[in-house]
Amino acid sequence: MIEMMETTMRSPLQAATFHAASRRELLLGSGVLFAWAFVPRLARAEGRDPRFLTIVLRGALDGLAAVAPVGDPDWVKLRGDNALRLDGKTPALPLDGFFALNPAMPNVHRLYQEGHATIVHAAATPYRERSHFDGQDVLESGLPKPGPTDTGWLNRALAALEPSPDAIASDRRAFAVGPITPLVVRGAAPVLSWTPPRLPPVSEETTLRVLDLYRHTDPTFAQVLEERLGLAAIAKAGGIADKKPDAPAIQGGGIEQVRAYFAEAAGAAAKFLAAPEGPRIGALAFDGWDTHVNEGAVNGRLANLLGALDGAIAAIKTNMGDAWQETVVTLVTEFGRTARINGNEGTDHGTATVALIAGGALKGGRVIADWPGVKEADLYEKRDLKPTTDLRAVLKGLLRDHLRVDASALTADIFPGSDAIAPMTGLLA
Amino acid sequence: MTLDPRGAALALHRFGFGPRRASTSGSIAAIASDPQGALLADLEAPNAGQIVNTDLPTSGAEIRTGYEFNAARLARANLERRRKEAADAAAMENPGAGNSMAAEDKPPAGPTQPNAVPPQRQIFLDEARARIGAANDADIGFVERLVWFWSNHFCVSADGTAAAGAYEREAIRPHVLGRFGDMLQAAEGHPAMLFYLDNWQSIGPDSVLGINNKRGLNENLAREILELHTLGVRTVYTQADVTTFAKVLTGWTFLPTATNPDHGGEFVFNSLMHEPGDQTMIGKTYPSGGVQQGRSVFDDLARNPATARHVSTKLARHFIADDPPPALIDQLTLRFLETEGDLKAVAKALVTAPEAWAPERAKIKRPGEWLVATRRAAGRKDVNIQGITNQQALLGEPLWRPSAPKGFSDDNAAWLDGLTLRLQAANAFAQVVAADVDPKELVDVALGPLATEETRLAVARAETKVQALTLLVMAPEFQRR
Repeated sequence: MIEMMETTMRSPLQAATFHAASRRELLLGSGVLFAWAFVPRLARAEGRDPRFLTIVLRGALDGLAAVAPVGDPDWVKLRGDNALRLDGKTPALPLDGFFALNPAMPNVHRLYQEGHATIVHAAATPYRERSHFDGQDVLESGLPKPGPTDTGWLNRALAALEPSPDAIASDRRAFAVGPITPLVVRGAAPVLSWTPPRLPPVSEETTLRVLDLYRHTDPTFAQVLEERLGLAAIAKAGGIADKKPDAPAIQGGGIEQVRAYFAEAAGAAAKFLAAPEGPRIGALAFDGWDTHVNEGAVNGRLANLLGALDGAIAAIKTNMGDAWQETVVTLVTEFGRTARINGNEGTDHGTATVALIAGGALKGGRVIADWPGVKEADLYEKRDLKPTTDLRAVLKGLLRDHLRVDASALTADIFPGSDAIAPMTGLLA
Repeated sequence: MTLDPRGAALALHRFGFGPRRASTSGSIAAIASDPQGALLADLEAPNAGQIVNTDLPTSGAEIRTGYEFNAARLARANLERRRKEAADAAAMENPGAGNSMAAEDKPPAGPTQPNAVPPQRQIFLDEARARIGAANDADIGFVERLVWFWSNHFCVSADGTAAAGAYEREAIRPHVLGRFGDMLQAAEGHPAMLFYLDNWQSIGPDSVLGINNKRGLNENLAREILELHTLGVRTVYTQADVTTFAKVLTGWTFLPTATNPDHGGEFVFNSLMHEPGDQTMIGKTYPSGGVQQGRSVFDDLARNPATARHVSTKLARHFIADDPPPALIDQLTLRFLETEGDLKAVAKALVTAPEAWAPERAKIKRPGEWLVATRRAAGRKDVNIQGITNQQALLGEPLWRPSAPKGFSDDNAAWLDGLTLRLQAANAFAQVVAADVDPKELVDVALGPLATEETRLAVARAETKVQALTLLVMAPEFQRR
């Protein structure tokens, strides 16, 4: 009996070691791949194999802080110390003599010089209110107005491509990256998304808002969160909102974590797109651009985020390899921000902004803008950069010339109500 | 009819798993006419607290499955090692032919697939699905909350046994609205508990096997029963009582898995291991009588006023406050004693006590409870079990894996530190579901009158739906019971 028991004693009921969740397991729950059987067939017939990636920047990117009109005589008057300048302490990166790029984006600057990046300025969707949710819906749905919608323009664009005779869903994959599938790729074409195997970082903005809520409602929670974020000292010094504009960015979410997440998500997307039998179209979304307080365009929070984005674009180029030559990446946001700095060294919701396009397939090295000016009289409703380019023209141009989406479908199905908006020509090499 | 939506929201958050979106019976509105009555009705629902229509295996079957898998894996490893040793020896004798001989060798005939998912892992996920599904699907979830409470009170660890989930189904659930004494007997006699607290190998020094093998007592289970499960630490027992109780419990074990392919891992009283003779503990003598001797001790422990006070205090601490109102503890203790540990009666006493409805939300939800509440608030029908159990572990409450027999803490201090991790988990979850919900509507669904103006404003002004939803489930009104 005892002998018998000895043999079972080591682990008689068995089970240890099967519960430690690996990091991969940890997040697989929140993301998967998506697949469909549509490929840019007409483009293939021309001997091309185009890749198209859309990155949605949620929260409304300040276009004037990303790409500044340094040649505009009213520019420095408008933004004062917060204005990017060529002769600033951290000089902006010159683009075409009139515009300059945020210094946090050297990779994009290099791509621009190589003709692989294009900037469209003073661009906007047809949406003219200032609600994030509605603005994102319009941006991603491709519809002229906000409203109930469950399909995005990129998904409808794919549906308009002819099914490839040699493609089956299981081996022709397109995909979204991120724990949520962005609306822009949702629709009739079946969608699965992929998530980097880690908890995505919480944006600084979200963290600060949770903290602010706690400060007003639950001192115990507020104290714990502050301590954990290492913010106690800043709070004692006078509160977040009173922070000096040049103080280093608060790194509650940890900018390094944000950088790693952006680069990993974008880099993964590129690897999938580059694979010979991989998907050709994808989308991902990065949050955190809602810079109401201490925007930090030059050295602070927004500079950090733009730097992370710059790293993501570099990761895409690297991981694309040779396929970079057939790639177009578009970076779009729901709207811009106020032209002037607000009372908290930030900017509020605005209208026109920039769209950034990168990729080896571009005829780049250009800033495309019908510049409206930044004098008060030139601003939209005397506060925002005035939209002079319809973002849909840019997207229609890219879909038509890069993916060979049928021109009538572009207006009928993909961007309904855009009859008057002609596809922009000449974007591609 | 007067409506009490505030009381309804409180009832759902404090005693249930939170309001459920897109539900006619688990919403604030559904129970606003009589929140207290709804909780009482939860106790009377058919099959309350049970996992019905399940094809989950018995604990014995789960244990045998795990054993067979591990044994087969060990056999493969042994075979592989012997083959390698033989090949090495051959290579030493005949260096030139070593490689080709190895290549011609057939792979060892493994009893099972070498890369198969361990069945223990699958069992864990299936059991977790049953438990979390029951909490997510419940109208209010008061009885499920009681199941979680008692399961933690009588905790075992899934680190040691494949049968942690089956233990909850077999020992806890059948008695969650029954008698404490019955739950006590079922829990302490369950193979998962006998293994977790080592009693399966405790041998009476004067038993047949004790004399022949010079093996002896293991006091672990006896001590934890007195300290944690019944009387409470520093009450009416001494070290001598612990030792005596350990003797009483010798022979409570299970059939060895290696030699019992049909019944291994099932409870057995082995009189060959049992300490013979009468035993006197806590002032009472229990005559010699095999398994009945232990059963009699359990009956008395269940009736002991110290036990009544101990578990009443824990119950009040879990639901109401770290330092619960003494009047409430008194009331629950009295009810426990006068009903001889009728747990349904005690549960009724809890929700009908005025102290239980104090507006102050003094307790922080534990991670698992909070995670389920987030899924309910978003109206998720199918919970991603791997995802939620992984997050629960990340937040410090790995399912059925407490770090000690005391179970997971019910003190706020234990969970406050996890707020930043909760923020990450909230953000990750919000990213998955935000597109399907209207955060502003969810404030009313999930919090109703409990929502502060600040929370409403924060959600309304959020930069994205993801941020709005994150703010909602991170709001103190949502984090607290």
